[in-house]
Amino acid sequence: MENIIKTNMNKSTRDAFGEALVEIGKTNRNLLVMDADLSLSTKTCLFANEFPERFFDAGVAEQNMIGVASGLSKTGKIVIASTLAIFASGRVFEQVRNTLVHSDCDVKIVATHAGISVGKDGSSHQSIEDIALMRVIPGMRVIVPCDALETKKVLEKIIDIHGPFYVRLGRDEVPIITPEDEEFILGKGKVLRNGCDLTMVGCGMMVFEMLKAADILEKKGLQAEVINMPSIKPIDRDLILESCSKTKNVFTCEEHSIIGGLGSAVLETLEETRGIFLKRIGIGDCFGESGLPEELFEKYGLSAHKIVETIEKYLKT
Amino acid sequence: MADIIRELEKKSNIARQKILKMTTQCEGGHLAGSLSCTDLLVALYFHILNHRPNEPLWEQRDRFILSKGHAAPAFYVLLSMSGYFPDEELFTLRRINSRLQGHPDCKKLPGVEISTGSLGQGFSAAVGMALGYKYENHNGHIFCLLGDGECDEGQVWEAAMFASNYYLKNITAIIDRNGYQIDGPTEKVMKLEPLDKKWESFGWNILEINGHDMKQIVGAFENSRSNRNVIIANTIKGKGVSFLENNNAYHSKPCSSNDCELAIRELNQKLKQI
Repeated sequence: MENIIKTNMNKSTRDAFGEALVEIGKTNRNLLVMDADLSLSTKTCLFANEFPERFFDAGVAEQNMIGVASGLSKTGKIVIASTLAIFASGRVFEQVRNTLVHSDCDVKIVATHAGISVGKDGSSHQSIEDIALMRVIPGMRVIVPCDALETKKVLEKIIDIHGPFYVRLGRDEVPIITPEDEEFILGKGKVLRNGCDLTMVGCGMMVFEMLKAADILEKKGLQAEVINMPSIKPIDRDLILESCSKTKNVFTCEEHSIIGGLGSAVLETLEETRGIFLKRIGIGDCFGESGLPEELFEKYGLSAHKIVETIEKYLKT
Repeated sequence: MADIIRELEKKSNIARQKILKMTTQCEGGHLAGSLSCTDLLVALYFHILNHRPNEPLWEQRDRFILSKGHAAPAFYVLLSMSGYFPDEELFTLRRINSRLQGHPDCKKLPGVEISTGSLGQGFSAAVGMALGYKYENHNGHIFCLLGDGECDEGQVWEAAMFASNYYLKNITAIIDRNGYQIDGPTEKVMKLEPLDKKWESFGWNILEINGHDMKQIVGAFENSRSNRNVIIANTIKGKGVSFLENNNAYHSKPCSSNDCELAIRELNQKLKQI
């Protein structure tokens, strides 16, 4: 943990996405990219600068972007469609459901600026429902990388897997947590830290918070197992069951509503399993607000020591 | 040419009979809006489209997208008449385990380029295919049929704007201008006029025709290949059967068995006169 902070390799997942697109674009001529007038924010502008003939801006018209991307893919292309998470999931929900996924289009939606860490723009731009919205569509796959390295690996991997994906990225910088040589496998999570008293399962920016929380808990005498779960759908059922049957106490952490997100996915996984306590840590049934990301994490209970506080309510330290 | 037109007119009559029979027998399907676009689909499938029914994914093909997915009965009849699937399968329309879903499903049925049914979305996908063809310097053309009521959808205009922004000249939009949407006449529910000026201002070339005059239909399609055209086809909802024409009660309701027999009789008499 201290090593992670010392290395100080901070980078946003959206920056990693933009750079990875350019790298993949150099070798994969079949890759086309679309955006809806937010390429400077999503970082698809890097691809647009490098390969202008393979980049198509739809303007501020997300629904049409999803439709055009779907049609494009049906002419044998792999299409990345990118915009902010709030629009890439909610605004276009029905286009994604009825055209893109229903027709099994080879379109990867890469949504940036997810969660409340968007910060000052406030609740209209803070997507806290997108995992739920995308996860519920039959056959849609949902991935939430935790750092820049994982983002790059996710992108490289899903380009080669036919069909729709929803990848959720953040606006803010996060430390690099995952090791360079570790492969991303669809449907697999990863134990970042072993423990026997409780299991924490999280994704995205929360993974770093979980690691910090685990450090604090250790000093208080609790050994937390920390699981990074980038693959929300399909989820790593085996890993969750294995860890939970050992620790018997599970805390899910997500920068998302506790309704329908990762926590719900883990709960669904534990259905029919007796004797396990589960608590979802995330945003309650409320909208976010403007503020600095760290202030919002604090207020909405997502910061490391707020996570610790929640855990302490249920487990004796 | 006159012979070709006559043959197409005969095919239209037969297609209408099939639409009536399948929707009555299967007790479902949007009948009136299927009959209004039948002539347009017949001209496309039997005279205009460069396609191979026995090789639906043939790379050099033109593509047809039914954005008004509610006209699935007409679409299915034309696909089966062209040889995409056997005729008898028409009578599985909307039934359990059928490939002929209430609205077209591209994962189930050959000849369906993309799933449609939610209005406005098929047109965006059609524009995407036109963009893909342009990118590949593909010679094929994209034809997309929209309902007039469908033009209420904002997404239609997003796609129209996109197509002209990217100078697409390999797409033809056809509007089945039958004048009705579910809640009533389009000009009463949500005014579309001046529809031609709207499309024109979005950068499209306008061709306005009588959507039941086969000569005009074929002429418009033949002239539409080299530009970004919208064919406003003035049609009659329920066309071909006297008691169905302009009768919005049959928007999504098929005929009773008795009415179906009467309708078939009327169409057979018309067939003799062609």
